[in-house]
Amino acid sequence: MAEFNAGATRTRPLSPHLQIYRPMLTMMMSIVHRITGAALYFGMLLLAWWLVAAASGPNAYANFEWFMGTILGKLILFGYTWALIHHMLGGVRHLIWDTLHGFSPAEREMLTLATLIGSVTLTLLIWVVGFLAMGGPR
Amino acid sequence: MIGQRPREMRTAARRVRGLGAAHSGTTHFWHQRVTSVAGIPLTIALICIVVALLGRSHAAAVQILGSPLIAIVMLLFIINSAYHMWIGMQEIILDYVHDDKWKLMSLMANLFFVVMVAFASCYAILKLSFGV
Repeated sequence: MAEFNAGATRTRPLSPHLQIYRPMLTMMMSIVHRITGAALYFGMLLLAWWLVAAASGPNAYANFEWFMGTILGKLILFGYTWALIHHMLGGVRHLIWDTLHGFSPAEREMLTLATLIGSVTLTLLIWVVGFLAMGGPR
Repeated sequence: MIGQRPREMRTAARRVRGLGAAHSGTTHFWHQRVTSVAGIPLTIALICIVVALLGRSHAAAVQILGSPLIAIVMLLFIINSAYHMWIGMQEIILDYVHDDKWKLMSLMANLFFVVMVAFASCYAILKLSFGV
């Protein structure tokens, strides 16, 4: 027991944390992956609201549609779209890494940049298609 | 004397089963991968459904959301996402919340939130599907 106690009271070295490192793209995208995941977690309330409103009747549905028509609602929905796409593409990147591929410096930078560019492009594309589906500019 | 103490307290059988202190090993890690793979086609399908429903009347939305194929895809998306987000939020909580009391409470709140959101969404889909 003496050995164990001696070990416990000794100050142990701490592993360096975020503030030690220079920010890198892969690291930022790792953080963003977690943040978008957490945002989507609460964003599921939006989906639940939409579905429950549809099941409740025309009035509840009109309330939901009114909120989504406001600037705040559109902003939330735009953010939700981007978070969803970004988290999905980030997930694909992690699945590629899970197979032990794409770990060389050039490859991981490329994959990370592709996630970011891909998510922004796809989000804009979805909103353009959605805008046209709504009847285009009026 | 420190160098002489056994480095490994577990028996060989315990070690070979690969299950750590949580007794579940890499189960959640694996389930998170499975639900992420399933989530790719389901997410694409959800986006298509939402875009197709934009600007439609309540009656049209009810009819489309209640049609079997759409309802099945929506239910799969909700159940798959609920499990995925439950594991994900649990991982976040275990990373950042160190105080036992807060940790237990937030783990419970995580489960309550996920079950509530998933149940409400599934109930709404089923109601739209079966009418009344």
